[in-house]
Amino acid sequence: MQTKRRVFLKGSLAASAAGLAVGAGLLSPRAVLAADWPEAAFDSESMDNGLNELFGSSDVTDSGDITVKAPDIAENGAVVPVTVESSIADSDKVAIFVSKNPTPLVASFDLSGANPFVSTRIRMGETDDVTGVVHAGGKLYKASKEVKVTIGGCGG
Amino acid sequence: MSTIRMRISPAGDVLDVKALIRHPMESGLREDKSTGEKIPADYIQKLVVEVNGEEVMDGNLSEAVSKNPYLNIKVPGKKGDEVKISWSSNTGDTDEATQAA
Repeated sequence: MQTKRRVFLKGSLAASAAGLAVGAGLLSPRAVLAADWPEAAFDSESMDNGLNELFGSSDVTDSGDITVKAPDIAENGAVVPVTVESSIADSDKVAIFVSKNPTPLVASFDLSGANPFVSTRIRMGETDDVTGVVHAGGKLYKASKEVKVTIGGCGG
Repeated sequence: MSTIRMRISPAGDVLDVKALIRHPMESGLREDKSTGEKIPADYIQKLVVEVNGEEVMDGNLSEAVSKNPYLNIKVPGKKGDEVKISWSSNTGDTDEATQAA
């Protein structure tokens, strides 16, 4: 009992010390693990909800200035290479959506210096559009590319 | 042995950064075939890239990013600049790597 109490006290002391340090600005938010991961956006089961949670709006305009590169046919949905590039001025955020995935938001990138160019590999459950959404000058733009998926990559 | 492998190609005032991270990216949907039990979700959530200590990209990933995530981005910088990549997962794991361009 005594030792448990000691451990408990130690634990709560450490926790409150960390809390104080954050409050006092001693620790940058970066040091707090994944605290700013947009959970609600990633949990959203529709693309519109995901956009609302992530950007505060689902008002998206189609744009020819965004390039979404992905294969026409993906034999393995577990690894689909996707590149999103924007030539819109002041592009500062890029997000990748696959609307038929259980949760459509795949990834989002806040660019504070990096060029509006992101290339990665994603999972797709079935044949669907891969949509690249770009935030620029307070507005949202998108472009899509259809990928035919032969074997889905969500389950096992 | 770091989980992060990086290749940086300087081109003028831009660094082309390619990174490959060794991570299972478990979605939480798969079952262990021998026991029939669900394998718990374990995936990278945050992926941050810095150049000379300054953040240039703050990425949020989900379980829909493929196993052993690959990332290619273009960041401002020149030969000799230090590129740092760090990640953290939903399970609290973290890793980071720094490499000079």
